[in-house]
Formats: sequence, C-alpha cells, structure tokens
Amino acid sequence: MTQTHADYRLSQLDQLEAESIHIFREVAAEFEKPVLMFSGGKDSIVMLRLAEKAFYPAKIPFPVLQIDTGLDFPEVLVTRDNWVNRLGVKLVVASIDDAIANGVVVDDGKTSRNRMQTAVLLNAIEENGFTAAFGGGRRDEEKARAKERVYSHRDEFGQWDPKMQRPELWSLYNGRLHAGEHMRIFPISNWTELDVWDYIGREGIEIPPIYFSHQRRVFERDGMLMSETPLNPLRQGEVVEERTVRFRTCGDISLTGCVESTASTIPEIIAEVSIAKLTERGATRGDDRFSEAAMEDRKKEGYF
Amino acid sequence: MPAPTEATVTESLTANMDMLRFATAGSVDDGKSTLIGRLLLDSKSIFEDQLEAVEATSASKGYDYTDLALLTDGLRSEREQGITIDVAYRYFATPARKFIIADTPGHVQYTRNMVTGASTADLGLVLVDARQGLTEQSRRHAVILSLLRVPHLVLAVNKMDLVDYSQEIYDKIQAEFTTFATKLNIPDLEVIPISALAGDNVVNRSENMDWYSGPTLMHHLENVHVASDRDLVDVRFPVQYVVRPKSDEHHDYRGYGGMVAGGVLKPGDEVVVLPSGMTSKIAGIDLFDKEITEAFPPMSVTVRLEDDVDVSRGDMIARPANAPKPSQDIDAMICWMADAPLKPRQKLAIKHTTRVARALVKDIQYRLDVNTLHRDQETKELGRNEIGRVQLRTTVPLLCDPYSKNRTTGSFILIDEATGITVGAGMINNAS
Repeated sequence: MTQTHADYRLSQLDQLEAESIHIFREVAAEFEKPVLMFSGGKDSIVMLRLAEKAFYPAKIPFPVLQIDTGLDFPEVLVTRDNWVNRLGVKLVVASIDDAIANGVVVDDGKTSRNRMQTAVLLNAIEENGFTAAFGGGRRDEEKARAKERVYSHRDEFGQWDPKMQRPELWSLYNGRLHAGEHMRIFPISNWTELDVWDYIGREGIEIPPIYFSHQRRVFERDGMLMSETPLNPLRQGEVVEERTVRFRTCGDISLTGCVESTASTIPEIIAEVSIAKLTERGATRGDDRFSEAAMEDRKKEGYF
Repeated sequence: MPAPTEATVTESLTANMDMLRFATAGSVDDGKSTLIGRLLLDSKSIFEDQLEAVEATSASKGYDYTDLALLTDGLRSEREQGITIDVAYRYFATPARKFIIADTPGHVQYTRNMVTGASTADLGLVLVDARQGLTEQSRRHAVILSLLRVPHLVLAVNKMDLVDYSQEIYDKIQAEFTTFATKLNIPDLEVIPISALAGDNVVNRSENMDWYSGPTLMHHLENVHVASDRDLVDVRFPVQYVVRPKSDEHHDYRGYGGMVAGGVLKPGDEVVVLPSGMTSKIAGIDLFDKEITEAFPPMSVTVRLEDDVDVSRGDMIARPANAPKPSQDIDAMICWMADAPLKPRQKLAIKHTTRVARALVKDIQYRLDVNTLHRDQETKELGRNEIGRVQLRTTVPLLCDPYSKNRTTGSFILIDEATGITVGAGMINNAS
C-alpha cells in the first residue's frame, strides 16, 4: 500500500520538540562554551529534557548554571539535584550571598534579590567564559519576550538592545560574537504554557512538587498569596492562614505567589491552565508588576 | 530516571493538533491589529490581565476605544510611536489547530521584517481596506509572500461594513487581485470579504453578505491543507551534529544528528554523503531512546550508517540517484537588510543549512521594484530593504536546491564578517 502525504503528519507538540532539539544541536556545534540556565522551574526542566534527547545516547555536552538567590524553594532544589544526578551533568551554582560577600554586588537593603540576580548571572557568565546561555523564556509569557529572537545577542555588558536585534530567518541562526559578548538562546520560544504542561505530562518527568495542590500557610500581599517563611517577614496587618494552593511559576520565594487550586495531577493542571483567566506571570509574579515595561527594562540590563 | 509525576502519561487536546504558521502584513489603518485582536479574543487567547493593561493604557491616553494594537506592540519604542516595527509572534489555538502568527509591519522601510516573518510561514494574510481597494502596499505584500514561496495566500477584504457589504466592490477587488496574482507564484489564493470590527466572516459567517459562499477566515485557517507543502520525495538530511557518546555502554555508537529537510528516510535505504560522494546504507534512525522506521520533515533525528564513512557537520545525506549538485556559483534573490548597500566585489559570510562559507558578490543583475515588479538593471547595488537578483561565488561548494523546490536547502543568510550582523536573506534560483 502506498502511503499518502497525510500519513507523514507531525503533531504540533512533536514539531515544537523537533525545533527545540535542532536549536540545542546548533548551539552545541557552533559555540565554544554553552551553559544551560536552570531555575528548577517547569520551563527549565523541559529544556533539560530536550537537551537530553538532542544528544542521546551521549551526555549533555554542557554544564547547568543555577543562580542561588538564597530565596529558593527547598523543594525546587531537591528536584534540581535529582535531575543533575540522573543526567550526570555538571552543576555550576552562583550564589547571591557569595556575590555579596565578595563585593560583586552591594546589598543596599533596597534592591530585591530578583534584581541582584542579573549582576550575579552576568558575573558567572563572564567568570566562566560562557559564550551561550540557554534560557527557558517563552514568547507567550510577556510582550517584550514576544519580540525576542531565539538567538538573542548580548553585548560586553550583558545588555539586550531590542532595536538592534538581528533578523532571524527560516531555521538559520547567526551565532557570531565578538570577544566578551554572549548569546542568550531560547529553545522553547514557540512553546505556550499549555504546551509545557502537555510535554511534562507526555514525558512523565519529575517537576517540583509545589506545582501540585498542597496545604500551605500563606498570607495575602498585593492581591497575591505568599508563602509563610522566615525569608519573607510579615508586614503589619498581614494574617497567615492555611489554604489549598499550588504554584504556577517557581521564582524567588519572597516574590512568587501561589494560587488556590485543588489540581493535584498533570491532567488537572492542564484543565486548570486551559481555562485560566490570568497569565502565569501576571497572576503570581511580583517582579513583573512594577510597570508595563518591567520585563523589557530588566531584559535590557541582562536579566534571563 | 526520576519517578514520573503521574502514573499515567497524559496530554491535553492541543498536543496532537496540527500547527499552522501564518504571517500577517498591514498597517493599523488596514485593521490588522483589530483582526488579530479578534482572532485572539474569539479563540479566548487573551488573558484578563493583558486586556486590563491594554484598557488602562488606552484610557490613560484618552482613547475612546480599546486599542488592540497595544497587545501586539511589545516594545516601548513601538508603543511610543504607535507603529509595529519588529516581528511579534503570537499564539492561539482552536479545537482544530494551533496557530503561530508572525505579525509583521507593513511599511516599506520594514520590508526586511516582513521577509523574516514570511520565511517560516505556511500562509500569508494580506489585508486591504474595501474603501481603498488594492494599494501599492497590498501588492507589495503579495509580491514578498510569493518571493518567499509562502504556499497559501489569503486576501482579506476588510471593512466591508463601511461599503454596505457591497458585492460589487468585493468582486472588483477580487478580480483585480486575481489578475495581479497570475504574475506571481501563488499556488493557493482565497479572497475573503470580512469586517474585523463587526466580526463578519472572521469566525462567524456573515449575515450581511449572503452573496459570498466561500469559507470564513477562521474556517479557512483551520482547514487549509498544509501537509502536502513539504517535499516528501527528495531526501535531504543536512548533518548538524555528530553524536559520539564515548562511553563504555555505547562504545561504538556514532550517529548523525539533524533535521530532515526533505524526503522520507528509512533504515536500509542506500544513501550518498555529500560532498565526498561516498555511499552507504542507513543502519538505523534514532529518536531519543527509540528506533524509528521512518523520518520525514521536519523531524529532528539521529541517523546511523552501516559503513564507517567520514561524515561531519555541514555534510548532507541524500540518495545516490537524487542528490543536489555541489556548487560554488549561486544565482539568488537577495533581500538586503543592512544600512550600507550591497555592492559587487563585496565579501560576506554565508550560512546555508549547517554549512558556513564565505561568498563574493560577482554581480548584481537587477533590482526588483516590489511595487511594480519592474526589473531595474541600471542600479548596480541594493539598499536596505531592497530585493534583487545576485550572483555569488562561494569558497566551498554549497549542497543546495532551488528555493522553489525546497525552502530549507534553497535558502541562506549573509553575515557581515566585521560586525557579525545578519545583513541579507537569500533564495536560490539556480546553482551551477
């Protein structure tokens, strides 16, 4: 029986996977020293899975970099270690506390740790001589990201210039750099939040348990539900109570809110995401709420 | 392997759907942003916080209506100037398909951005204002989409509500555009009368235009057949990365990673490796830890060969009786993107599939006026945003096909060697 064209069909999730694997291989072939920026969140876990597939049965040919803010969820660090150990990849940790102690950044008591991450990240990239850094950013997350290239050029200061972006055509990526510059690479640019969940469900891979519904002692701040933790002292009038919640993103514990949810399985999360009325960053990320261009401004400075 | 998060592996309805990438071109005046806003709103792809932010900004600027362009104009400079400059990618899904929109600016000074958005599109959507009819801009958009070989084109005749849903006006525009399109390479054309503002024929069939029996825009986007646009006959596999585990467990493993650019590869197939010309057979095709029986575009796989032949990045695997001819003389249409013009004798870096070389501009044959299709043979240079036919000589042979046959093996980018910036996009006519 002859097969017709319709038989050679690739589902949209398979197409996204193929595109991402292509990007990982391209970077590994063309850059001297790539690194994968790993937060332990769902997007960076999907990135690690894609990298695993791109080079299998060889090991992932680059290390993983994590910025330890000192404000990470402990559950996320456990998941990180499980992944790193299973894949046998090298983990580089750049800590904000060390950076403060070494004078790389100054803790003036006003700058959030989220903001300090940028300086620590850029310092880690420079110190290790990384020429390409994979990030889990997606274009559906935020409108400044919607315009960012898959290969996003950074100058010697780690800055992004949205007006000077290189045109990106077909699947031909331009990785040319001058000394001291680096490239941010976004292999899951075209994935949506739902695609990420579909993929996690399909692959059956480990993610931090805080993404699933659990009981947690929380308080309300700026319309968000925040975790009770010594790392985030209560302000006047804030009341702690136990609620059934889950996290939609994994950021810094002092800025990342959770949502009330009973979704305790991947299908339940997919059902919840499908009907969500707020974007994941708008709903639970204090760091994106400062202004309409909060993300664009931080990205220009060299943020993830 | 970590314990799976769930015993049963599951996916939502969207995971198995098809994907359609389409490019839109036009300015705010054509109602492009209103149309995209409506597609996103009607498919429930805009979130409340995004809509609220846009409503608040519109109100603070004193607008009487919510300016949906603010949803897509993501950069501060664009919001300040009130125009779309860069390509923005937007995502939405209906129960039938997932869509990626490359939203590109319409002005001639941003032609390079439109070329960028069109390079990966399956379908191009051109808008015209029914009151104005075809303009220089809409003709230019159709020309660019056809140069980029976007296989499907939709001309949306917008603002039909402002011409009393007149069939006469639609017929005139439809006839004029169809005549114009015969000069271009447009295999599939659909002309749809719509009102993005009122919603006629966007998602729901219009009750105001019972004289129109064609599909609504959404119905067409959901059903246009794109699978057969791929070349499933001519095997083209550019080698991207050599996978060598060098571990005890996989001691002798040697695989060639890459994305299938054309044809169907199967284990047992006889193949030729270019440019060396050595032949072998496919021993196996791996997709992560599974062996698969077939690989076709656009899959990313790892191919193993039976013989220990020398294969490296930049090589291409094809079939002995059907392989591209290695060539250093390239005849191509080039869209120039840099401030300083392209001139004869200029030297540039060229990236074609996974191969990088240097190229010398031998001749600029003509400059194409994208508004009139006139070929200007007098001007021997290409300015920013201009398109022309150029002869190149490369330092090493390229393993290429005409762009009309294969959009992957027929395309290349040009890079300025001093600045590292991408300065040109090329579509190969012929290689000799």
